Amino acid sequence: MVEKMAKPLLEVRGLKTYFFTDEGVVKAVDGIDFDISKGEIFGLVGESGCGKSVTALSLLRVIPSPPGKIINGRVMFEGRNLMKISEKEMRHVRGAKISMIFQDPHSSLNPVFRIGDQIAEAIQLHQMTDKKEVPSKVAEALDLVRIPDPEDRMYQYPHQFSGGMKQRAMIAMMLACNPSLLIADEPTTAVDVTIQVQILELLKELRGKQDASIMLITHNLGVIAEVCDRVAVMYAGNIVEQADMAGLFRNPKHPYTHALLGAFPSAEKKRGELTVIPGFVPSLVNPPPGCRFHPRCPYAKPICTEEMPPVVKVNEGHWVRCYLYEGGK
Amino acid sequence: MTRSKAGGKIVEARELKKYFIAERGLFFGGKKWVRAVDGVDFHIKRGEIFGLVGESGCGKSTVGKLILGIWKPTAGRVYFDGRGIAEMDGGKLRKLRRRMSIVYQHPYSSFNPRMLVRDIVGRPLKAFEIAKGRRKEELVANALQEVGLNPEHMFRYPHEFSGGQQQRIAVARVLALNPDFVVLDEPTSALDMSVQAHVLNLLSHLQQKYNFTYLFISHDLNVIEHISDRIGVMYVGKLLEVAAKKELYQNPLHPYTKFLLEAVLTPSLKRRRKREILRGEVPSPITPPPGCRFHPRCPYAMDICRRKIPELMDVGGKHQVACHLVGKR
Repeated sequence: MVEKMAKPLLEVRGLKTYFFTDEGVVKAVDGIDFDISKGEIFGLVGESGCGKSVTALSLLRVIPSPPGKIINGRVMFEGRNLMKISEKEMRHVRGAKISMIFQDPHSSLNPVFRIGDQIAEAIQLHQMTDKKEVPSKVAEALDLVRIPDPEDRMYQYPHQFSGGMKQRAMIAMMLACNPSLLIADEPTTAVDVTIQVQILELLKELRGKQDASIMLITHNLGVIAEVCDRVAVMYAGNIVEQADMAGLFRNPKHPYTHALLGAFPSAEKKRGELTVIPGFVPSLVNPPPGCRFHPRCPYAKPICTEEMPPVVKVNEGHWVRCYLYEGGK
Repeated sequence: MTRSKAGGKIVEARELKKYFIAERGLFFGGKKWVRAVDGVDFHIKRGEIFGLVGESGCGKSTVGKLILGIWKPTAGRVYFDGRGIAEMDGGKLRKLRRRMSIVYQHPYSSFNPRMLVRDIVGRPLKAFEIAKGRRKEELVANALQEVGLNPEHMFRYPHEFSGGQQQRIAVARVLALNPDFVVLDEPTSALDMSVQAHVLNLLSHLQQKYNFTYLFISHDLNVIEHISDRIGVMYVGKLLEVAAKKELYQNPLHPYTKFLLEAVLTPSLKRRRKREILRGEVPSPITPPPGCRFHPRCPYAMDICRRKIPELMDVGGKHQVACHLVGKR
């Protein structure tokens, strides 16, 4: 699908994660494909419930089970299929090779341990380090994310940190282990706008310094535009469009991508004239047949209601799942 | 609607202050105060949308509640239609309240979950003895229709609705009362992008149709720029700058406003210019810095900024700013 000169760091094919609930089978992620190259910031954008966080949890195999289950899919990472390796091997991948930060750093940090101890634990778990070196490594990690006075701050508790600092401490914890892939799930949603740009700047810098790849999950197209190299747009468990930044913002193809861009408030758009999408996000227990967006799509044709649209290549590295563009249109 | 057209001030705040007790001393004295709002002057003109923007904890929501008389100010005055409301007794305030309303960020928490939508939306009609019985139901049905909900939905409970629909119910409750002035406190911050577009369009349409006056409180600079006529920027209990939208976005004078606007992310490729990033953290409103609240983070801070609180001053073109730098030039 996506030809690349170098082999991608992460290759996801046909990933399906379902939740078996009393109301029925929720098809949260229903057959998605994407690659992340080395040193790339890859964005996954979509509205709540579209399956973007479930995608991330599936890559790490930490879907709560029951009710969740990864039904199908291949996730090639550094030459191994993460869906096939043993739990013990997987434990060496989590944290050490692929690590994750969440929207709310407050709930990821243990309130009764000092920040430094929590970072030290991550270092000791995943790296063979001389015990004497641990404190200096912790301070180094905090310094890297621009926490002032790291030698003192490492002895403080999470409640003594502000929201932005906690998120930076989380990033420090992840980076202390030198992962090759960092998954950031809405890392700036809970912080203020001026802190948001600080954190995004930090992610960009770290990609440069550590050559890590980053998968950035967000609902905010502004965040995507700021830091990503490539982006996938998710809707109701499917990826509907995938493109590089120029492709997505200059030449968006899928009607849903169009609608999302049109819904973004700005001064250029007249008051009361933001694009709205009629209808609701469909239930993932009984998703509509064919293209999942067809009930809300202004361009839907009869065929859209019957069959899942094929992948149509727009450009090198830009594809869309939509019947509108079939046949080179 | 017989509502006098734009022009005069509908709301005015003068030297408005609100302190909350943060910590009681063991004996006498030793009380610590949160200076949530610490001397704010501004007015809102009839028929305009006044945007109040600032980061979390800056006191913007407190200003909204003080203006509606929900809280009594520690000092200062609020005028509604030329009448001071802080010193009004219950009966008089109640009469005036009929002309104001509020929509919160989380509508569900402002509903009684055991009440039908009919009773929630009709509650102000009952409380102010505007209508009852058949007539009340009629007004509720009209209000629901106006916000794009099915009038038959009045026989459902609020939990049966999605977040966007609940926000519509909250707007319908305002509409049924048909006030002059509405405080919108982060009305779209909890909503998905496409749902946010719906609600913003709805609020714009209603404002035009009924000539409402809005105080629109938000941390989202894109939303504020899209919806407002005039904008006030708050920081740690102080109003730093007030100007018409265009003037503020094209010619920001306060360094903090400049940094805020630098932090605006938009979904376009004008991105990745080098941003001026604001360093440091927001100070605590319990121990705000002396002088200008922004001086510890301000790259242009002078000696006077550390000693003297700058006053909000007119610099021409209906543009007000509280900064020693601007006064000098």
